[in-house]
Amino acid sequence: MSSNSPDKPQLIKNGKRLSGRSFTDLRPLKITAGVLKQADGSAMIEWGKNRIIAAVYGPHEVFPKFLTNNKKALVSARYVMAPFSSLEDHGRSGPNRRSIEISKVAKHVFENAILTSRFPKTIIDIHMDVVQSDGGTRIAAITAASVALADAGIPMKDLVAGVAVGKVDGELVVDLDKTEDNYGESDAAVVISPRTGDILLFQMEGLLTPEEVKRTVRLAKDAAVQVREVQVAALKKRYEQVASELGEQIA
Amino acid sequence: MISDQIKAQFIKDLIKDNKRADGRDFMAYRPIEIEKNVFENCEGSAICKIGDTKVLAGVKIDLATPFPDRPNEGMLSVGCEFSPIAHPSFQAGPPDERSIELARVVDRGIRAANTIDLTKLVVAPGKVMGVFIDLYILDYNGNLTDAAAMAAMSAVKNAIVPKVEQDGEVYKLNHEERKHHLPLGESVVTCTFEKVNGSILLDANIDEENASSGRLTFGTTTTGKICSAQKSGLASFTLEQFDSLIDMSLEQRHALMKLL
Repeated sequence: MSSNSPDKPQLIKNGKRLSGRSFTDLRPLKITAGVLKQADGSAMIEWGKNRIIAAVYGPHEVFPKFLTNNKKALVSARYVMAPFSSLEDHGRSGPNRRSIEISKVAKHVFENAILTSRFPKTIIDIHMDVVQSDGGTRIAAITAASVALADAGIPMKDLVAGVAVGKVDGELVVDLDKTEDNYGESDAAVVISPRTGDILLFQMEGLLTPEEVKRTVRLAKDAAVQVREVQVAALKKRYEQVASELGEQIA
Repeated sequence: MISDQIKAQFIKDLIKDNKRADGRDFMAYRPIEIEKNVFENCEGSAICKIGDTKVLAGVKIDLATPFPDRPNEGMLSVGCEFSPIAHPSFQAGPPDERSIELARVVDRGIRAANTIDLTKLVVAPGKVMGVFIDLYILDYNGNLTDAAAMAAMSAVKNAIVPKVEQDGEVYKLNHEERKHHLPLGESVVTCTFEKVNGSILLDANIDEENASSGRLTFGTTTTGKICSAQKSGLASFTLEQFDSLIDMSLEQRHALMKLL
């Protein structure tokens, strides 16, 4: 964040954001479930210019075996950005400090959501590959992975949904894009369980008053409900597709 | 270890009766002490003790080339080492996800609060000063985050900038001659809460952390802003819990700030 950078454009004009959105509008959001053949569950999210593919493998046997938990399934999460995913420079492939931290907190989200006690002695692998980034990749990745888990038929307490909320030009706005992310005054990644309204992930930086932080999570909660509708629609479409394929086989 | 599981169950049972093993109130810190300027070679240093937890922070100031997208700003970096001296579960080797997360949470707080005015650390075009904060865990007995954040903040506050010497086009730092403090803005402290058996505890010790399902950390500044936050672990928090922990962090910060 460099809200005092000389290159900073005016991010809000006449009550609208640069993209023409209102403070609470989401960018165009589309999720497609079942985009990969090999994976047990998968989803592709297109959110603004973000393109992220999530794949789920498992529950399967744990390796190395001594890590096996007799009471519940282990969860592993891997978030990475492809070297070609950003507009600017060519990144390095593989995990870095940022992606290791994101993978860790993403894993915690799914450990909470998945009914892990249903699958003792197994592990569920969740992969999130960012192939094009446009601000808010971690919450988009988790939103996609949630759909991929449902596509894999893994029982969960809820379809978790994420959104970023930040302060740009003094206003709290929902679903920051790349420019708002770069030049904004604060940025919070929030993952919510829309069914209960509980906070499953919260990572914030920036200078906010306590009231603004409290508003941040409430804005995120309202947005998560909208994101969830897109997730549900993606899964319904997937089931229709599976059902029609099965129908053809029977006929 | 089986003894850890028994201890964790004991802690959970106690909490049901509104008690903590060491008799503390749910929203009370263990005794905190900060030793400042513990070393001479580095520009600033501090050891923060919270109960039996000890975290050392060392600050080195060096000349560096600025990041291409931030040519008019000095550099700030926070690293963290989980040294095997601190706990049997800490292994030598590259940083694991726990130490990376800890360093990044401390980094975010100091960076977001503009604690160090990086624009004042430019020496010449293409030459800036870099402030390197390294956290070294000495004794892990719970709540590393708050101890690390306080050690880092205290070390930054007492760091003395070395003298810049110029020989033609070449710049050098004279570490023997130190002039003035870093250009500082607001201070930052963090408050970390652990969710144990449905209850929320401030400053968990290691046994309470083992019984915990997750944590929430808030970074607060001198003037009462929130500058960073991190939720970690599988526990979820309700909006009401979230609100009350923000208020609690702001309340607790006064006592912490006095120790820096």
